[in-house]
Amino acid sequence: MNLPQPPIISIRNLTKTYAAGEQVLKGIDLDIKQGEILALLGPNGAGKTTLISTICGLVRPTTGTITVGGHDIVKDYRQTRKLVGLVPQELTLGAFDVVVDTVRFSRGLFGLPPDHARVDEILNDLSLLDKKDSIVTRLSGGMKRRVLIAKALAHEPKILFLDEPTAGVDVELRKEMWALVEKLRLSGVTIILTTHYIEEAEEIADRVGVISDGRLLVIDEKQNLMNSLGKKQLVVDLRSPIEQLPESLAGFDVELSEDGYRITYTFDTQGDRTGITTLLQAVNNAGLVLKDLNTSQSSLEDIFVNLVHSDNER
Amino acid sequence: MNVEAIKAIYFNEMRRTRKTLLQSIASPVISTVLYFVVFGSAIGSRIQSVDDVSYGLFIVPGLIMLSLLTQSISNASFGIFFLKFTGSIYEIMSAPVSFFEVVIGFVGAAATKSFIIGTIILATAGFFVELRIAHPFWMLFFLVTTCISFSLLGFIIGLWADNFEKLQLIPLLVITPLVFLGGSFYSVSMLPEFWQKVTLFNPVLYLISGFRWSFFEVSDVSVTVSLVMISVFLLTCLATVYFMFKTGYKLKQ
Repeated sequence: MNLPQPPIISIRNLTKTYAAGEQVLKGIDLDIKQGEILALLGPNGAGKTTLISTICGLVRPTTGTITVGGHDIVKDYRQTRKLVGLVPQELTLGAFDVVVDTVRFSRGLFGLPPDHARVDEILNDLSLLDKKDSIVTRLSGGMKRRVLIAKALAHEPKILFLDEPTAGVDVELRKEMWALVEKLRLSGVTIILTTHYIEEAEEIADRVGVISDGRLLVIDEKQNLMNSLGKKQLVVDLRSPIEQLPESLAGFDVELSEDGYRITYTFDTQGDRTGITTLLQAVNNAGLVLKDLNTSQSSLEDIFVNLVHSDNER
Repeated sequence: MNVEAIKAIYFNEMRRTRKTLLQSIASPVISTVLYFVVFGSAIGSRIQSVDDVSYGLFIVPGLIMLSLLTQSISNASFGIFFLKFTGSIYEIMSAPVSFFEVVIGFVGAAATKSFIIGTIILATAGFFVELRIAHPFWMLFFLVTTCISFSLLGFIIGLWADNFEKLQLIPLLVITPLVFLGGSFYSVSMLPEFWQKVTLFNPVLYLISGFRWSFFEVSDVSVTVSLVMISVFLLTCLATVYFMFKTGYKLKQ
């Protein structure tokens, strides 16, 4: 049953340098599994949009190869693009189009014969059926986003790209969007979304990739990232500095700050024993005088900020 | 060949045309009527016939060309420019379509609209003068080729323009003068000799001359030259569009 499936998208050594000389992608290697939800997390300008635009054919890769469903995106663009639907970040819709017309147009554009019943079905799935004859510019932002999704789904793609699907969207709509993504996944669609909301990645993704400054810093199952998320820190401030850690603390996962005033102990909240009592006893036995105690939970946000930060310092 | 995509683009553009049908047809008809009132009746009654053709009748082919050229360019340029302007061009760029299919869709729709307008102007002219068309087939040929060539040119302008000013620039600064100086309202033989020579560099002259020949069998330059020139123009536009798509000009980085 669990035979490893070939990745539905495979990216090798992808770089992109724009004409102005700015290198936005600096060697991306990425395999996307069939049927997964992958969240690409990263600050603005990290290269997320360039990455998905390249896969969709809007941007030419400078070097590297991308295959979708085993086909090369440049040589076999007709095959690869049929497999892919793209929902752009901006609410880009023609001004005077009627909802149903613009979705039918998308279907035709991707080479499928007209099927009004199928288009109505897609509109229905997105709760747009009652808006089918509305002019798109008169719809609210959330509705426009759904029209864009309907357009992207009109040719029944196997892969859906959502570029910042919930940017500037209120909480309720965001939850609706998440439910929709889940529904799509159940229908077998592979979903890649970019976001800078960590909460969003946590909520819906199977895997999370962190992109910063054109590099993929980390990509892992969400659960693995969550495990490192479960880490907590106990910070012990000392009254007087010490040169090195006392031997009684050797068995603990502790670090001493450079100035010698602070000991940081990292522990797993999910474990049965946190080890705080033993640690504090050991501190006491070593004759250290405490000034302050502090515990903090490292969030995915911290991990993310740290990753991005340390990357920028490189 | 993605025939569904061509159909989708073509009918989508035609739908846009239908929505603005009244203004797209009313304005050329009104301006044609005005030209007839001013040039045909008011001034034309004082002008002798040109090459044995009454002045009112003589200007009919030129008037049609004037509208055809400006309409073809504005229709085709606006269609593609608007997609760039709203950003919705992303969809076409990410679709499994070739440059050729996109051009057929857009240019086909723009040319169709121009053709309809040309026919309407011809019919309108029929209310003012007694039309006679010596070579209906060639008349149609010139009409269709002009619609296609200038829709292509419009498409190129629409791709090139990155703001509304540029979109208007070429039609206003280049096309309108070329049409007016290309013999729409006069025979080139009426010009001083020097300007007759200068006019030969105006590509529009060959269009109007050939088109007028198909009506009255009078022309400023030989019909063969007209045919060659329009073919050259058509091919140049095709080559330019092809080059633009190949290089992703202004579309793809």
